[in-house]
Amino acid sequence: MRVAGPPARDHLLSVADLGREGIDEVMRLADSFKEVSARPIPKVPALRGKTVATLFFEASTRTRLSFETAARRLSADVMSFSASTSSLEKGESLRDTIETIDAMGVDAMVVRHRSSGVPAQVTAWTSAVVLNAGDGQHEHPTQALLDCYTIREALSERGGGEPSSDLSGLRIGIVGDIRFSRVARSNVLAFSLLGAEVTLVAPRTLLPSSLEGWPAQATPELDSVLEELDVVYLLRIQTERAGQVLLPDLDEYHSRFGLTRERAARLKPDALIMHPGPMIRGVEIAPEAAELPASLVTRQVRNGVLVRSAVLFRLLAGPGRPAVPTGEDPVA
Amino acid sequence: MPELLIRGGHVLSGGAEKRADVLVSGDAVRAVAKSIDPPAGAKVLEADGAVVAPGLVDLHTHLRQPGAEVAETVETGARAAALGGFTAVVAMPNTEPAIDDASVARDVLALGEKAACQVAVAGAITLGRRGERLAPLGELAALGITLFTDDGAGVQDGSLMRQALEYASDLKVVLAQHCEDASLAAGGHMHEGAWSSRLGIAGLSRLSEEVMLGRDIALVRALGTPMHFLHLSSAGSLALVRRAKKEGLPVTAEVTPHHLFLTDAEVASYDPVYKVNPPLREEGDVEALRRGLAEGVIDAVATDHAPHPPERKERPFDEAPFGMLGLETALAVCWTALEGRLSLGELLAAFSARPARIARLDGPAGGRQGGEVAAGAPANLVVFDPSASYLVDPGRLASRSRNTPYAGRQLKGRVRHTIYEGEPVVIEGEAQR
Amino acid sequence: MAEREREATRPQGRVFHARAEVMDEAGVARALRRIAHEIIEHNSGLGDVVVIGLQTGGAPLATRLVELLGEIEGVAVPYGTIDVAFYRDDISLRRVLPEATDIPLDLTGKTVVLVDDVLYTGRTVRAALDALADHGRARAVQLAVMVDRGHRELPIRPDYVGKNLPTRRDEVVDVSLAGVALGELSEEGGAP
Repeated sequence: MRVAGPPARDHLLSVADLGREGIDEVMRLADSFKEVSARPIPKVPALRGKTVATLFFEASTRTRLSFETAARRLSADVMSFSASTSSLEKGESLRDTIETIDAMGVDAMVVRHRSSGVPAQVTAWTSAVVLNAGDGQHEHPTQALLDCYTIREALSERGGGEPSSDLSGLRIGIVGDIRFSRVARSNVLAFSLLGAEVTLVAPRTLLPSSLEGWPAQATPELDSVLEELDVVYLLRIQTERAGQVLLPDLDEYHSRFGLTRERAARLKPDALIMHPGPMIRGVEIAPEAAELPASLVTRQVRNGVLVRSAVLFRLLAGPGRPAVPTGEDPVA
Repeated sequence: MPELLIRGGHVLSGGAEKRADVLVSGDAVRAVAKSIDPPAGAKVLEADGAVVAPGLVDLHTHLRQPGAEVAETVETGARAAALGGFTAVVAMPNTEPAIDDASVARDVLALGEKAACQVAVAGAITLGRRGERLAPLGELAALGITLFTDDGAGVQDGSLMRQALEYASDLKVVLAQHCEDASLAAGGHMHEGAWSSRLGIAGLSRLSEEVMLGRDIALVRALGTPMHFLHLSSAGSLALVRRAKKEGLPVTAEVTPHHLFLTDAEVASYDPVYKVNPPLREEGDVEALRRGLAEGVIDAVATDHAPHPPERKERPFDEAPFGMLGLETALAVCWTALEGRLSLGELLAAFSARPARIARLDGPAGGRQGGEVAAGAPANLVVFDPSASYLVDPGRLASRSRNTPYAGRQLKGRVRHTIYEGEPVVIEGEAQR
Repeated sequence: MAEREREATRPQGRVFHARAEVMDEAGVARALRRIAHEIIEHNSGLGDVVVIGLQTGGAPLATRLVELLGEIEGVAVPYGTIDVAFYRDDISLRRVLPEATDIPLDLTGKTVVLVDDVLYTGRTVRAALDALADHGRARAVQLAVMVDRGHRELPIRPDYVGKNLPTRRDEVVDVSLAGVALGELSEEGGAP
């Protein structure tokens, strides 16, 4: 069978690369992997012979293990590269590092970096599929996908019936450090693509300098929107920001933007409280308001593996790495 | 050196344009006339369809020597300048070590003696460009240096800047400011706006430029000393300069080709080739700068040619250095951006006569740059074809570096020949030395 | 529904054009009833039998088969569906979205009757055997298909066949409870 045209490389750099249909496809694939994960042997041979490299220039054991587990569930080989074991410290350029790993013949690179845009830059130096596992303050698409999946799952369990990726009519508040948050950037895109109405709740110092083109509204008053929210998404506040020019101190943040017991009591009875973790009690959320069902956290971890399996399958189960140099007809 | 006949071009000089041949003998123009027969043994350069104008003068070139010869040298930078039609450049003092004493300045000037264009130097305002103590401006002025700047950074300390202006006024030299308030700019890597917010890159606000520019205009108003403002990038800066000039203050300003041509939307690729300081800004800023140049509020175009080797640009955006190449593409970029907005003669004035005056390169001591194409004038000439177009190929650049943002772009207008001190240093777009 | 072998390739914008009806609705019903009797006879009752429909073409046939087995023997035969997208050997050539896999019990010790609409190269069945193995060690796997169109590429043969239908490789077989048709795929809107 002839595959039409040269294989175009799809990457996952931003939630925008997926669009509404792509997100829905990932959600439905994740459903399939949920069934797989319930089996005694939670593994399928779909990506046998493919190699997935995780390149974590910034440490995140949780996300790295999640991607590697997802890849292994698909029977892919996994190569793990972390900055501390790399030659970056010996002065090798980013491009050299990528080209070296590319030469080993990998099909996908899962890239985490403290600088925005590195996954996009990497695409120029490799023929592998590139997946963004969090870049600086830009995006963290798989976090947004797992959040969407978790909301979708919760709504389906509550309302019964087939799970749907349509979030229209839902009002989602994202609270906290929007300006520096890659999770916020990906979630604003994902939630709004699925039809939800997104409100950013933050002091102006923690909002991006411009919200032009953002499919979201913003308010500095949590109390003014609290009662209308179906989902309260609390972002981690980086404690090192407090005491800088952006934020007087953490106590003041907690009193203005924290989910206190009083505020929790005013939420809609079935409102979902979400957090990308790890949570700082007493800052983003009051200890007594944080009695969320423990299952939600473990469910998010499980869903992380499912959506990452889904994106790996979606990007890698198509036509593979070109076996011939570009420009030559693969059939001739 | 054989005589040189530039045949069939339109001579653009002193605001007038006429079809004429130009005969060059030694280092001077010997005749300009409707039709000149080539003298025996003379070399003939064809110029049909092209204009013959005074050579270009760049107020703002980073030649990187001494200290970063891997990026550029006086020799390669001057060759790039010649290919861009420049017959004089002002080398910025942010070398390693900085040009903050006579010995370093003398070395660079000596290297420039053998180069493909005139190499003038700017001196640092403060020692090591650290913004703490004044450099020996008098010692440097004695070498003929007339322009001083800490370019790469602005002089943050207002009191120091005031003293520098007062001290400079005695020496009849001009201070040039890279307007950037360091506290407002801290940590920024691109223009602060919709794109930086979306891309998650820390922004450089227009404020950092406008706050220092506002301070310096107030200093000029109080002290009456002249001042030149480097690479202005925002509509707000333009408004400040417009007002200052209306008041009659002795200020001049320059803009770079890239700020007239590119916007911050380019950064969406995360390619550090678009990382430059001041940053590429928005459509509205580009439009204001184009208007400012057309109306003469902006005096000069200057390249801010800033070479970096590939390994320094092939880094994460926030780790890569600021700067892009400019010399070889400057005139074509501006002509592509501005054709129809101002005449070629007006554009050439912003590239030649006016920058020569700002850097005092127009007088006998400065090489009589940016003058006229007339018998007896020095033979520093550019032959530019405004209707030719070409594709920028980074592999063909004479610069040691490759960080041009115009790679693969089609530009209108092409430098055919450059004559420096009577010698054809560029013929048909090819460097001769 | 075009034949699943082709369906999995999701040829964008291509549609099935029927050229000849091979079986009508009554013919399909008769064949299924015969297969149900053969299953009962072959397995001496339905003690450990589990019927698994291959997504997507086999699923409605399997559902109908389970109903018939219930009518004839008066027992409820366990039933499930399986999708083989994750097991295909040609995955690198095709882009697939799996349908639901729903197997309600451990298959260890069971006799699985795998149901599909068309048996062609045998590759889908091979993938299904791998997929089934991940749900337990069945005592035996039997294969029921509505149409065997030949052109096998693997050593696989059906235990129960609705109709043997000689075909060319460029032809397509379309199977549903409403009938079986032979035709080909063509560009949407274009002539067959």
